[in-house]
Amino acid sequence: MSRGRAVLASRVGLIVGSIALLEILCRTGVINPLTLLAPSQMAVAMVDLLASGKVTPDIERTFSTVAIAFALSVVVGTAAGAVLHAMPRLRRALDPLLASYYAVPFFVFYPVLVAFFGLNEMPLVAIGFAAAMVAMAISTLNGLDRVPPVLIKVARMHRLGRLRTLFLVVVPAAAASLMTGMKLALAYAFISIIAGEFILSGRGLGYQIAYAYNSFDNKTMYGLMLFVLLVATAMNSLLHMWEQRLLRRRARA
Amino acid sequence: MADALAGAAALPGAAAPAAHASLRGVTRVYPGAAPVHALGPIDLDLARGEFFSVVGPSGCGKSTLIDVQAGLAAPSAGEVMFEGKPVAGKVPDGIGVVFQEDASFPWLTVTDNIAFGLRRAGVDPAEVRRRVEYAIGFMGLRDFARAYPVQLSGGMRQRVCIARTLVLQPRLILLDEPFGALDQQTRLLMGDELLRLWRETRATVLLITHALDEAAMLSDRVGAMSARPGRFVDLLKTGWPRERDSSLVAEAGFGAITARLWSHLRAESLKAMGGAPP
Amino acid sequence: MSATLVRPARRRSLALDQLLIVLALLVCWQGAYAYAGSSAITSPFATVAYAISMLEQGWFWSNVGATALAFVSSLAIASLLGVLAGLGLGLWRFAGDVTEPVLAALYTIPKVTLYPLILLLFGLGLSAKVAFGVIHGVIPVTLFTLAAVKGLPPVLLRSARAMRLSPRQTLLHVLAPAVLPEIFTGLRVGFSLTLLGVLIGEMFASQKGMGFLILNGINLHNVKLTTAVVLIVVVTAILANAGLLAADKRLRRQR
Repeated sequence: MSRGRAVLASRVGLIVGSIALLEILCRTGVINPLTLLAPSQMAVAMVDLLASGKVTPDIERTFSTVAIAFALSVVVGTAAGAVLHAMPRLRRALDPLLASYYAVPFFVFYPVLVAFFGLNEMPLVAIGFAAAMVAMAISTLNGLDRVPPVLIKVARMHRLGRLRTLFLVVVPAAAASLMTGMKLALAYAFISIIAGEFILSGRGLGYQIAYAYNSFDNKTMYGLMLFVLLVATAMNSLLHMWEQRLLRRRARA
Repeated sequence: MADALAGAAALPGAAAPAAHASLRGVTRVYPGAAPVHALGPIDLDLARGEFFSVVGPSGCGKSTLIDVQAGLAAPSAGEVMFEGKPVAGKVPDGIGVVFQEDASFPWLTVTDNIAFGLRRAGVDPAEVRRRVEYAIGFMGLRDFARAYPVQLSGGMRQRVCIARTLVLQPRLILLDEPFGALDQQTRLLMGDELLRLWRETRATVLLITHALDEAAMLSDRVGAMSARPGRFVDLLKTGWPRERDSSLVAEAGFGAITARLWSHLRAESLKAMGGAPP
Repeated sequence: MSATLVRPARRRSLALDQLLIVLALLVCWQGAYAYAGSSAITSPFATVAYAISMLEQGWFWSNVGATALAFVSSLAIASLLGVLAGLGLGLWRFAGDVTEPVLAALYTIPKVTLYPLILLLFGLGLSAKVAFGVIHGVIPVTLFTLAAVKGLPPVLLRSARAMRLSPRQTLLHVLAPAVLPEIFTGLRVGFSLTLLGVLIGEMFASQKGMGFLILNGINLHNVKLTTAVVLIVVVTAILANAGLLAADKRLRRQR
């Protein structure tokens, strides 16, 4: 276990070291303070900003948009994955589309979506949903592909019905992949919604960063950037830890 | 307490003269553009309480035989019976299967794995606990009752699968190369355990194996199968006493049995590999 | 058994299925047009007609050229950096274990928020676009390469030693063919994400390129232009990806 600890220590060292290096470079003026704030100043700016409550409506807006898009994409993506798994012919035909979905910049559909839904958060929900749903569907497919056929035989030996086979055998066997799918879905929903806000919308965290940039408000910009990075990393790490726990159990010698 | 695993004795009609399980003219053909005739025609009668082994070259349809007898696969032709009733489309009550692959549920502890079938069948929790505890002890898993399969060796995991089948008190146990992935020493010891289990449960056992010594040592009767499509080319009685274990390998008759099996299998295995017997 | 042998009849049915999917998408598009009207989207027919007329325009090709230049430069840099970093981290197992989760976390952050920083560092123009493409593409390439080297069965290297191959022979005839399919998959993913990065980059801080055309169309309510450019970009991305996917599958079948 000492190697594991060494890896962990080195990782922490790497991250802390990078931040410290950045801090020193900024403080000594090697990096122009107009270009980049020192990490400590970013943190102060972030805390001030959050405490002031100025961006609270934007935070609520972005998070609620992400939450709706994420929830929808998990439900629809899982169902779509299951349907595609049951229909191999359709799956084969859709394969190139599934493989290249992430090359499609979904937010270019924003104007169309505004025409459909009006100027509210629904166009952004749709953009986040489109990016996240496919990731969820693909992970579901992977998970279902990897359910060992022998476990289905065991279910039949125990004379389990379809529903009980699904919930007692298939879902637990595919749990790690479903978890991976949720992790990706959350990340993609967050990425594309922030991007959508940044480029197109008039509200939300992404928009506030763009606005701060355009009005040369470095403090707000870097404070918000740091906040977004921290939130994304925290969400990802949490789901990653959960996924690893499932994977460890799943691993076979 | 020893009766916790025994199902066969409690069954009414145990003295019935008919075969406990039987296959009549069973074939299995996998359909498709080029149909594959995997098995048969096969005729087989298993007497109640008998230990029957099947040996054969790889790809001869041995696993298909198990699937068909268990009701996991339908025969293309012929009739499959268990306790006087036809087996059709679903696994009948009283048949337990142990598979070649690791079939333990990785998300359940050893105890929960073994209790899986009993809980699904709605058995009373106290009874579940009693049977599971007995099976854990019987299979030597006591120190691992709360472990997950990933923490166990391959042999241990296969024991979990055997225990999970056993607690259901099957009257016919079908084993599809259960020790195929284990090393030779572990196999011999697992064979001893299997014999002990067979005596204690008084169940009928159908064992598929590719190991001649395993078949010769464990069985009352051994069937040697041909290359695909698999048929029986020989049925031989070993004549061993019911009380037996792996020390049989030192018996004089043991070599004769394996030699006779090999004389059949050598030619068939060569065919399966695509060569011709010299 | 003969899964690698795709029979002609099956291939025909696949082509038919894919045609049906394209038709279904066109029907959806036409439906969207009927619902939302020409202030949001143009009809499939009008879009294709306009897209074709664009192909004869000089300004269109100069924008294509700008995007192509930025994309090719980004992809070259991202691939080179990613493969080298992945190989290094894969062979030096300790460094790989230290950095892999950090890279995976970086992959999931909304990189668009870094855009102002990139602009401040590189200024407006080609280098900012390229940098933006690179930060999108380099991480997946690194992660896939790292996984390829880590997943290399040790017995292959031991066999190479047993056959007394020189380091050069080992690299050329064992290591490279063993990790190539996985690295190719990484490059395929990197290809798509780099393109995405370049397009996003062009939407902001550029006066040229496909991304600029799209955003310009949005801002000027030039629906015809936006829809046509989006169509061209999406179709190109999907076709290129389908081609790479086919090559990817062939590489894996060879194993």
